[in-house]
Amino acid sequence: MKLREIAHSRTGDKGNISNISLIVYNMDDYELMKDQITALKVKEWFQNIAKGEVIRYELPSLGALNFVLTNALGGGVTRSLSLDRHGKSLSSFLLEMDLKS
Amino acid sequence: MKKIRIGGGAGYSGDRIEPAIEIMKKGDLDYIIFECLAERTIALAQQQKLADPDKGFNELLEYRMEKVLPICTEKKIKVITNMGAANPVSAARLVKDIAIRLGITNLKIAAVLGDDIFSDIDDYNDFNTLEYGNKLSEIKGEIISANVYLGAEGIQQALQNGADIVITGRVTDPSLVIGPLLYEFEWEIDDYDILGKATLAGHLLECGAQVTGGYFADPGYKDVPDLWNVGFPIGEVYENGDIIITKLAGTGGKVTTGTVKEQILYEIHDPSNYMTPDVNADFSQVSVKEIEPDKVLITGATGREKSGYYKTSIGYKDCYIVEGEISYGGSGALEKAILAGEIVEKRIQYTGLSIQELKVDYIGVNSLFKIHIPDLHGYNDVRLRVAGRTTLKEDGIQMGNEVEALYTNGPAGGGGVRINVNEIVSIASILIPAENIKTKINYEEV
Repeated sequence: MKLREIAHSRTGDKGNISNISLIVYNMDDYELMKDQITALKVKEWFQNIAKGEVIRYELPSLGALNFVLTNALGGGVTRSLSLDRHGKSLSSFLLEMDLKS
Repeated sequence: MKKIRIGGGAGYSGDRIEPAIEIMKKGDLDYIIFECLAERTIALAQQQKLADPDKGFNELLEYRMEKVLPICTEKKIKVITNMGAANPVSAARLVKDIAIRLGITNLKIAAVLGDDIFSDIDDYNDFNTLEYGNKLSEIKGEIISANVYLGAEGIQQALQNGADIVITGRVTDPSLVIGPLLYEFEWEIDDYDILGKATLAGHLLECGAQVTGGYFADPGYKDVPDLWNVGFPIGEVYENGDIIITKLAGTGGKVTTGTVKEQILYEIHDPSNYMTPDVNADFSQVSVKEIEPDKVLITGATGREKSGYYKTSIGYKDCYIVEGEISYGGSGALEKAILAGEIVEKRIQYTGLSIQELKVDYIGVNSLFKIHIPDLHGYNDVRLRVAGRTTLKEDGIQMGNEVEALYTNGPAGGGGVRINVNEIVSIASILIPAENIKTKINYEEV
């Protein structure tokens, strides 16, 4: 099962730092998501993009995790060579991760 | 309990105007905010101001104000916007001229100043940048702008002095909402708990349709009705800081716990410590609840004492970015694109072009042959994009020429070359003590 089946996501950017929220559709799935989608796994998933540290914040009251990916936007929106300079599409890539149910 | 209704009239500098007009006409608003200033926009506006001292504000200011002024006068809606960009004084003067032209009277327009510290920038040469950690004086490119992110106090003060339209330069986006809330509810400027709630209200409204279903749709997973006509948000803020986000019936989009949660976390790092010049807000214990269709109640934000520092964005001439593109189609399209990319890389080495950083992308689905997408298999349509960073414009132009030369020298069937070479203004940030900054307000009246 892909993460996309149980959660939705949006990316934000500040300078060279990207943040990707991950929000379960059904609050019952929060623990499953929290157990499996660790900061380490996300860092590995984005290894070609996020060159720095990945930090995870937990928001149980929203059924959400917030990942902060440092050095992840090719220098940031002002100087990135990427087609997607804001990294807006990174959320879609995170949702492609596999999940064991 | 007293409540204030604030509309989110723009989520970025070029946003649509019709949904803003719609909520002004039918949304029973007290205020409308237009958030129109991204991180680097003000540096570019500063360049326009250098070329013409009367310019440097949002290019849609006149277009928007011509439509907005008659309604806000009729409906008694106050307007708060950062459309002043690098030149709030000229922006306020233009709004006055528009009001005169439209025959509007009894209008007080405030320009909030104090964010522009460009003339004092040398005082901060020893400050370290947040991005690179080195001293500001070590930035290589020419500095062209320096703007502090002001908080809500200037806006609050302008409203206390009777302003109907408040135009700012650089302020934090939530401050556009915190200002009127501070004024209306007479909250104390050091009541950090309530300021945390006000910050969340501002954060929810500042991106326009992003909280009403815009930027949310994912067909089959997150369906959103009539996205083409997405309604802009209305925030109902209560004196205790509770927030209801809603939208007009009959407009497209939707307000659900899902759309609100995505916006709560948008561009937030540590949710328990969202730092602004007004407060260190804490969104970590926030709850959302759908109380009616398209009506979501948000509670539980708090806050702690602010840092005492203002983040300051410094714009500097950094480099040139060149982008060259060419398309290949049919069987072997990807192989041809890869070969073409390798040729460009080798040519860069061979000719000794100074390219600091290079990126090669393969893009495409069906731009060339108009095949129905479900029939596609493999790579039938690949657009090669080669992007490079150069210090000298000439190197960028030459690199672009190397992509164009693929027309006669490259793989078979290459078509549709496009080249762009653009000067890049980058941003570095420093933190400066709050006591160094003095907010001033100019007024225009008709």
